[in-house]
Amino acid sequence: NKVELPPPPECVCVKLSGPASLPAEDISTNSNGPKQDSLFDDDPEDLFAEATEEVSLDSPERDVLLSDGPSPAITPITPPCSLITPHIDMFTHCSFDEIEEEEGGDSFDMHISVSDPEKVGDGMNAYMAYKVSTKTSMSLFRSQDFSVKRRFSDFLGLHSKLASKYLHIGYIVPPAPEKSIVGMTKVKVGKEDQSSNEFVEKRRSALERYLMRTVKHPTLLKDPDVLQFLESSELPRAVSTQALSSAGILRMVNKAAEAVNKMTIKMNESDAWFEEKQQHFDNLDLQLRKLHASVESLVCHRRELSVNTALFAKSAAMLGNSEDHTALSRALSQLAEVEEKIDQLHQDQANADFYCFSELLGDYVRLITAVKGVFDHRMKTWQKWQDGQILLQKKREAEAKLQFNNKPEKLQQAKDEMRELEGKVQQGERDFELISKTIRKEVSRFEKERVKDFKTIIIKYLESLVQTQQKVKNIIIIIFSISY
Amino acid sequence: MRSCYGLICGCGALWDVVSALPLQPRAVNVDLQTDATLQVDISDALSERDKVKFTVHTKSTLPNFKQNEFSVVRQHEEFIWLHDSFVENEEYAGYIIPPAPPRPDFDASREKLQKLGEGEGSMTKEEFTKMKQELEAEYLAIFKKTVAMHEVFLCRVAAHPVLRKDLNFHVFLEYNQDLSVRGKNKKEKLEDFFKNVVKSADGVLVAGVKDVDDFFEHEKTFLLEYHNRVKDASAKSDRMIRSHKNAADDINRIASSLYTLGTQDSTDLCKFFLKVSELFEKTRKIESRVAADEDLKLADLLKYYLRESQAAKDLLYRRSRALVDYENANKALDKARAKNRDVLQAETSQQLCCHKFEKISESAKQELIDFKTRRVAAFRKNLVELAELELKHAKVTMT
Repeated sequence: NKVELPPPPECVCVKLSGPASLPAEDISTNSNGPKQDSLFDDDPEDLFAEATEEVSLDSPERDVLLSDGPSPAITPITPPCSLITPHIDMFTHCSFDEIEEEEGGDSFDMHISVSDPEKVGDGMNAYMAYKVSTKTSMSLFRSQDFSVKRRFSDFLGLHSKLASKYLHIGYIVPPAPEKSIVGMTKVKVGKEDQSSNEFVEKRRSALERYLMRTVKHPTLLKDPDVLQFLESSELPRAVSTQALSSAGILRMVNKAAEAVNKMTIKMNESDAWFEEKQQHFDNLDLQLRKLHASVESLVCHRRELSVNTALFAKSAAMLGNSEDHTALSRALSQLAEVEEKIDQLHQDQANADFYCFSELLGDYVRLITAVKGVFDHRMKTWQKWQDGQILLQKKREAEAKLQFNNKPEKLQQAKDEMRELEGKVQQGERDFELISKTIRKEVSRFEKERVKDFKTIIIKYLESLVQTQQKVKNIIIIIFSISY
Repeated sequence: MRSCYGLICGCGALWDVVSALPLQPRAVNVDLQTDATLQVDISDALSERDKVKFTVHTKSTLPNFKQNEFSVVRQHEEFIWLHDSFVENEEYAGYIIPPAPPRPDFDASREKLQKLGEGEGSMTKEEFTKMKQELEAEYLAIFKKTVAMHEVFLCRVAAHPVLRKDLNFHVFLEYNQDLSVRGKNKKEKLEDFFKNVVKSADGVLVAGVKDVDDFFEHEKTFLLEYHNRVKDASAKSDRMIRSHKNAADDINRIASSLYTLGTQDSTDLCKFFLKVSELFEKTRKIESRVAADEDLKLADLLKYYLRESQAAKDLLYRRSRALVDYENANKALDKARAKNRDVLQAETSQQLCCHKFEKISESAKQELIDFKTRRVAAFRKNLVELAELELKHAKVTMT
């Protein structure tokens, strides 16, 4: 029972009623997935059918998802026919062909992968080196396919450079993954166990997502620091990212000071758009944090559940052994086996939950913090402008007084100062306008990305859910048969 | 004639009168032959602040009852009194005394309710009503369980050919005044504790004695091992079910977060979120139902057989005790005969012991065989039902 793929749609509204008859094309990177069977004739289709209908609504989002020319099928939106296996990195099939269509951008084709974590060095000076491979056809780069070795502090260094250059003029710079002293220490000490492997894997995928987000931003992509990071084989050590360095402490002090300042700035918001967006992001922040906490808790409990199920399975097996009556004994030990299989499934599902959903939520919680930071910068810019204006006003009054008192030398000085100040004020106003405009663009881009990311993740999660449930169903059938 | 429960709990204004569900016949853990001569069930139950009142309803054609059909109200302590009277009665030493029902325990549920009440301000209206509904369902489930346990106890007694004739049992069923059975006070509880210590020490001694009868020897080793393993399995299944419940709670929270996100979002994502939220909601319902079913079929079963295997062990202990007494009496008789003093006394006591021992052995054999039959039947029934339920849920999840 094969389900074939839709032709690469120009409009994303694919009707999924019944087994779609579609040409079995080889759709590039996704063709290695297994063909799903008629499983998807069931109701999951309805869920996704409606989903596709939504995307076909006339909205700006729709335009973004269109692709120029032949592209990999917009598979995130046609899941039942998809060849997405849960292991394909989601970025390989997001269409890269569009970014900032308003700017008439040229086609964006770039794929970065972070792989091969290896431990370099020994003891407390050890670190993990990751291979950053870039495949691109853009003219910005010297070659089409190249890779370099980077360590975690290099990533942090890149982020801090970009932040210092772009944050204060309103660009949303994606935040780097967080430091984790506990995790790294375990790796350094050389514990080769499940949790440290997980930690390395978690970090690796976080770094990959970070880089992809950074290069998707058209301005950041052209930044020489980014280019250097991706291309040059030797990178100066970013020492200022160390947690306990003097730079680190300075950063913390600055952060505290900023927080205090923020509370004292009272801005007259003349632009309703900004006010609305500010509130929107505050809300989103709250909700995402809550959701993130719940999802992490769920993952934790699922893990617990699988452990307990395993224990119970062993116990039931022992019980089956001691039972006199042979049929019952057999039934009990089979029950034990089945429980073990279910346990394995639960474990798998816990992992799926973890990587897909929770990581994305964590990323977005941090991203929204960056967005809020950008809004704060705008407020600061405004403040500076206002301060300048107030100062100018004072100087004007002083000048008027001087004129009144008729002191020519001081008058000239005052006039010069005023001219200077006026220039500054005008610059401040221009800055403010610029940052406002940039923020608008950035926010709209951010929202598009957000919608895309969430949709992809949700669909991926649902797919893996369906697969798991199918396996569970098979197993339950076994329970059923043994009890007779 | 089954009627409804009324739940009136005095725990603050949060609980309204939770109207209830019709009681389902729930003699799940035991395979009973109910014959018309004596039928006992619990037709109704009321939960008050810290006690539960059961309405015990009897239908009987036996001559010793004044009426054919009657009901009385009993509390948990009275059940315990009945059970203890059986245990202390020497006549019943040769039978497996049906294990006493566990005390109704609503503490955990009550705590959660209080916490919910305190946290009322911090969550949205829908969340609050949802959690309240869940707590009420949990309360109801515990309530139904405790009623079932008490009922099973009574039914077992009624079905036992000897125990059903017990006078105390008849008083319990018929006497419609309060039995004025007070719970044990501190002194008595301390006495009990010491008695238990002595008994377990004795049990260890007695267990060392090898039994002449192969059947009993085999039963002894089997029961010991079985009891331990059931205890282990019961504990592990409890933990597993608790994890399941926790996961279901989490899913509930996620569903409501997604719902809020969905309603607040202005982009296309909103419908996505709402759909996923629905999905999670469904998943949660199913998972919590799975957990509840597992709880019912598996955990309850294991717990019940834990208690029953303990009762069976007690029977064996009593028998071994009687055996030891018998052997001691034999030795005393020999000594008396040798010394030619108090021979008659020794003889009578020896005969008594012998008689007692044989009586116990005989009935014990039958009891243990019955126990096995019951056990196998109950496990089979419950496992089948569990499998059916899980299959049903899996089907629902798939759609």
